[in-house]
Amino acid sequence: MRQSQFEQRYQPQWRRLEQGLAALEKKQRPKNVDLSRFTDDYQDLCHQLALSRERGYSLVLQDYLNDLMLRAHRQLYRHRAPLMPRLAAFLRGDFPRAVRAMWRWHLISALAFLLSAGLVAAMILHDPELVHTVVDGNGVSDLENMYHPDLRDSSDRNRADDLMMFGYYIYNNVGIAFRTFAGGVLFGIGSLVVMLFNGSFLGAAAAHLTLVGAGQPFYTFVIAHGAPELTAIVLAGGAGLRLGWSLVAPGSWRRVDALRRAARETLPVMYGVFLLLVLAAMIEAFWSSRELDAQIKYTVGGISWALLYFYLLFAGRHGSE
Amino acid sequence: MDVLIDERLHIDTPEGARLTLSLAGPLPRGMAYGIDLMIRGLILMVVATPLTLLGRGGSGLYLLLLFLLEWFYPVLFEVFRQGRTPGKAMMGLAVVHGNGAPVGLSGSLVRNLLRTADLFPFAYLTGFVVMLVSSRQQRLGDLAADTLVIHVPASQTRPAPGDSGGEPPDWPLDRGDQLVLLAFHDRGPRLSEERQRELARLAYPELNDDAALARLRRVVNHVLGAA
Repeated sequence: MRQSQFEQRYQPQWRRLEQGLAALEKKQRPKNVDLSRFTDDYQDLCHQLALSRERGYSLVLQDYLNDLMLRAHRQLYRHRAPLMPRLAAFLRGDFPRAVRAMWRWHLISALAFLLSAGLVAAMILHDPELVHTVVDGNGVSDLENMYHPDLRDSSDRNRADDLMMFGYYIYNNVGIAFRTFAGGVLFGIGSLVVMLFNGSFLGAAAAHLTLVGAGQPFYTFVIAHGAPELTAIVLAGGAGLRLGWSLVAPGSWRRVDALRRAARETLPVMYGVFLLLVLAAMIEAFWSSRELDAQIKYTVGGISWALLYFYLLFAGRHGSE
Repeated sequence: MDVLIDERLHIDTPEGARLTLSLAGPLPRGMAYGIDLMIRGLILMVVATPLTLLGRGGSGLYLLLLFLLEWFYPVLFEVFRQGRTPGKAMMGLAVVHGNGAPVGLSGSLVRNLLRTADLFPFAYLTGFVVMLVSSRQQRLGDLAADTLVIHVPASQTRPAPGDSGGEPPDWPLDRGDQLVLLAFHDRGPRLSEERQRELARLAYPELNDDAALARLRRVVNHVLGAA
C-alpha cells in the first residue's frame, strides 16, 4: 500500500484519537467526547506505526504516528488509585512494617544520634566552656532566653504565636528530615553527618541548660513532642543510610537497580516521617508551650513515647501484606 | 537494538509496538525549573502582603506555604497534571516513568525528595554531572525513582496528502531512496524555491532546473501513491 492510500484510509481514526486526546489532556473527565473506541483506536495505531516503519513511509508520518501513540499511551496508562483506603492501610500496618524491615539502619542512625548527644553532653558537664565549640554565642543566648525561668517571657504568648511556631516547626523540621534522607544518597555520608550534628546539638543544649538551672523547663517542653520528632529524624537518617548503602554495596544488583529498590523500600518510611513530624509540630506548638505542672507534662510525655514505640514495634504484625 | 548516540529512547509497549521518546537535556529542564522558581516566588510575593497584616499567626501561615511550595509544588503538579509543572508545560516537557507511563505519587515524591542531593553542593552540580553520565539524562532523583523527563509533542494534525499526477522513477527504488523522496515531500514546502531546485538538480543533473524539479515532484507523488 502506498503512503497516501495508507493515510487516507486511517486518517479518520487518527482524527478521532486526536479529538479524544485533546479532551483527555485538558480535563480529568471529558463528558461530550465519545471515548468508547479509544483503546481500539490506540491498538490499531500501534499496528499502523509498526507498519509505517516497516514499509518505509516518510519519517514525518512515522514521527506523527509515534507522537500520537506517545500521547495516547500517556492517557491510557494513567494511574489513579483512591487515596483514603491507601492511607488507612498505610497507617494500619505498612508504615510500622516498613520501619521494622530495615531496623538495623534505624538502629545505626539512632546510635549515631544518641552517642554523639551523650558524648557531647558528658564533655560539657565536665567542662561547661566546651558548649561554645558546638553552639555559637547567639545560639547559647537564644537557648537561655527560651528556657531559663528568669529570662523567659511567656506571658504574652497567644494563639497567633502558636500558629507561627507551628508553621516554623513544619518548615524547619520536615525540611531537615527530608534533607537528611536525601543526603543519604551521597553514599550515606549526608545522613550520618546530619545525625551526628543534630545529636551533638541536642546533647549540648540539654547539658548547658541543666548547668545553668533551666533543665526542668527544657525537659518538660521537649518530652511530649520529642517522641515523634526525634523518632522521625532518626527514621529519616536510617532511611538515608539504607539508600546510601545500596550504592556502597549493591550486592548482586546493578547500582542503579539497587538504588531503585532501596528507594521503593524507604519511601513508606518517609511518608511516615512526614506524618510524624506534622504530629510533632502540632504537639510542640499547641501543647508543649502550655504552662502546666511538671508532673502532668512528664506523664503525657511518657505516654507519648510509649504509644509511639508500641505502635512502631507491634502494629501490623498479623495483618496481610 | 541499534545503538545511536542521540537523545532518543526506544521503549517496547505492552501492545508490542515500539515507542520512541525524546529525552530532555539539562538546558530545557533548567529553564523549566527557572520558570517554576519565578512562579513560586510570585505566589509568595502576592500572599506575603496580606499575611503580614495578620501578624505572627500570618507569618506561621507564610512558613507553611513556604514549606509546601518548596517540597510539594512539583509533586502536586506532576501527579495531578500528568507529569507537568507549569514550567515544564511551558517548555513542552513532562515527567514519565521509565516505561513511558505517566509518573505516580511514589515516583514523583522520590525524585523530588532527592532534589536536595542533586542540588549539592550548589546549583544542581551533582544532578548535572549525574545527568551527563547517565545514559537516559537522569539526575539522582530520577535514577532512584526510575523516571525520565521527555519532550511531549504539541498536538499537531497531519496535512492532507497532495494530488497532482505522478510518474514512476527511472531507477530501481530502494528503501533509503524512498525515505529521501518522502522526506522531500514533507519538508519541501518549508524550503525556498531555489533550494528545492538545487536539490532537484542533484537528482536530475541532465535536465534544466525547472524541469528537474517538476519531474522530482511527479516521482515523489508516484512514491506517495497519489493518483
